[in-house]
Amino acid sequence: MAREAMEYDVVIVGAGPAGLTTAIKLKQLDPNLSVCILEKGSEVGAHILSGNVFETKALDELIPNWRNENAPIKTKVSKEKFLFLSKKSSLSWPTWLLPAVQKNHKNYIISLANLCRWLAEQAEKLGVEIFPGFPASEVLYKDDGSVKGVATLDMGLDKEGKKKDTYQEGMELHAKVTVFSEGCRGHLGKQLIEKFNLDEGKNPQQYGIGLKEIWEVSEQQHQEGLVMHTAGWPLDSKTYGGSFIYHAENRQIYLGYVIGLDYQNPYLSPFDEFQRFKTHPTIRKMFEGGKRISFGARALIEGGIQSLPKMYMPGALLIGCDAGTLNMPKIKGSHTAMKSGIVAAEAIVENIKNKADLSIYEKKFKDSWAYKELHAARNVKPSFSWGLILGIIFTGIDQILFRGKLPFTLKHKHADHEALKPAKEMPKIEYPKPDGKLTFDKTSSVYLTGTNHTENQPVHLKLKDPELPIKYTLQKYDEPAQRYCPVGVYEVQKEKFVINSQNCIHCKTCDIKEPSQNITWVCPEGGGGPKYGNM
Amino acid sequence: MKILVAVKRVIDYNVQIRVKEDGSGVHTDNVKMSTNPPDDNAVEESVKLKESGKVKEVVAISIGEDKAQETIRKALAVGADKGIHVKADNYIEPLGIAKILKKIVEKEKPDMVFLGKQAIDDDCNQTGQMLAAMLNWPQATFTSKVNLNDKSVEIVREIDEGLETIEVNLPAVVSCDLRLNEPRFASLPNIMKAKKKPMEQINAKDLGVDLTNRIQQIKVEEPPKRKAGIKVANVAELVSKLKNEAKVL
Repeated sequence: MAREAMEYDVVIVGAGPAGLTTAIKLKQLDPNLSVCILEKGSEVGAHILSGNVFETKALDELIPNWRNENAPIKTKVSKEKFLFLSKKSSLSWPTWLLPAVQKNHKNYIISLANLCRWLAEQAEKLGVEIFPGFPASEVLYKDDGSVKGVATLDMGLDKEGKKKDTYQEGMELHAKVTVFSEGCRGHLGKQLIEKFNLDEGKNPQQYGIGLKEIWEVSEQQHQEGLVMHTAGWPLDSKTYGGSFIYHAENRQIYLGYVIGLDYQNPYLSPFDEFQRFKTHPTIRKMFEGGKRISFGARALIEGGIQSLPKMYMPGALLIGCDAGTLNMPKIKGSHTAMKSGIVAAEAIVENIKNKADLSIYEKKFKDSWAYKELHAARNVKPSFSWGLILGIIFTGIDQILFRGKLPFTLKHKHADHEALKPAKEMPKIEYPKPDGKLTFDKTSSVYLTGTNHTENQPVHLKLKDPELPIKYTLQKYDEPAQRYCPVGVYEVQKEKFVINSQNCIHCKTCDIKEPSQNITWVCPEGGGGPKYGNM
Repeated sequence: MKILVAVKRVIDYNVQIRVKEDGSGVHTDNVKMSTNPPDDNAVEESVKLKESGKVKEVVAISIGEDKAQETIRKALAVGADKGIHVKADNYIEPLGIAKILKKIVEKEKPDMVFLGKQAIDDDCNQTGQMLAAMLNWPQATFTSKVNLNDKSVEIVREIDEGLETIEVNLPAVVSCDLRLNEPRFASLPNIMKAKKKPMEQINAKDLGVDLTNRIQQIKVEEPPKRKAGIKVANVAELVSKLKNEAKVL
């Protein structure tokens, strides 16, 4: 029997900044369009995690009077610092010597999760239907091969995939245009890129993992509006990464660490690097006596335009970081994701009304300020493959002297999963034991994310070859999944590979970094995963 | 037959509760809220009884701020027919809630009131009992099985000694345990349909009941942190520690 189906003009997958922007813009352009958004989180914002220093450019275009609409954008950046860390000391880099892309004086420190909740309210006021707790798990195609829509996941299956009493079949959502805005490494986006060869002729995509904590500190330690970044220790000069420290409202500090997933040492643990980072004398005193109130992690896109796939296909568009619109040197992706959403909405309206080809979306995006920005930023990330020092020197020349206008484009040569070297060639890393005050273990951290998945459901982290982790990956790479996963989903216990999928916070790092691409992340039952508050 | 089922909006059970620094309560801003879990069981059982043909109508009620309507919509999406939102912006104690429910019962004239055995936020476990007393109806608490007859209902309840089966005459108040059933998922089309189901709105103040709180909350604080465990080498050490340090032997 065919599944139940609902028809919409536009179906959007994922209620992040890009998807919500598309929905709002569509309704502004044509209130009669029927638009719905599927969201895998239990509510809008539950799966959103970002730094976030927010540039309002795209929001100014979308909702010019956001200041009067009680948008959760309150804390203006008032001071900036950039520190280079060595093991014991720190060197402050003068802000006038920072490239323009890293200057933040017009920007705001926000919680992107809260911004998304607010955008969802604006969208609902315009008549957009938002369905949290309903993951799109499958792309549907028409006979001619074009995208017809998506199907939601069946609910109420047990571990073996058998129907429980609560079983409910997924349903089909058909649309004239389907928009994929799942964020970095969307699991449907990944399938579409492969099926339609959207990355043909492009460099392999580059990713990072971002870890974030929210701290509550004393008044003396807090300076609302302060934005700080660091590079250097504890990472070696071959590993791309750094920290962010943003002083938000209510005596909170958003503290985070980003590490490029092209790191080479299989013994590296991004989670533990982050914890170790906090023990630096300069950083430690910022948080001593404070309280960690939130934790989370999420993969992000770092590839820029060299890796940006074709963003359209018959019947569907890829927007935001499902395609990969993050500006790496700016350390920002929300504004460009939202801009891609605005442009996508314009293209969709022209497609539905005047039968314009969906390729106009990519043309419009390439003509936009967002693409110009990404073009100017393109050489920064690849230059760091030469190491930290050369990367900084080149970036200084490229960004300060030439403002991104050098007449060549550096390439990303390898995919992140190809970057790992065999364990025997790399040094082991001993991480200090957590003290439970400043530094923590993975167990207490995942507890703060509010993560839960209904028990007795099919494991949503699929192994192509179940034997591979023990037979090959353990031998050659000492099974790095034990370390790259920030919440300890993967364990090797007595020669057995264990997947604690109920702890998964949907960061997608395993899907990216597994050296043989043996792990595929698929959607668990709706509403599962983290329940982030103001991340 | 008609069932009135009460649902409460509480902080989701997966969320780690954060106590406010001034001890005045817990943080609820930007925190995921859900239906109180045993209330979900109460809704599920009501809907099941309706599907069995024994019950004609299920009315879901929630008391609280505007967002409590989301909780009612969820009950409507899994099969309740009508919602009643009693708007109240301040915290109301179980006694006040029971008084409001009594007023609604007098108006709606249900044959049974279903509710969760207790709410996971204040763990009071009082509302059902107080309501039954005020209505002078029989009550069945901690229900893990319901067998509805024409004029009575047979209830299995979990008690310390095991399972107790009782029969109460209708109308009655039934408070539900988590073991009663497994709540269903709301389907997308039913969520859409729920948006069109009727929802009556009443202001708590207009009901003419005294909602003054009788209990003053002095301070909310976190429970003391558990100390990390230690490993002992042998039985002798364990016994010695139990004797000398824990002083339980």
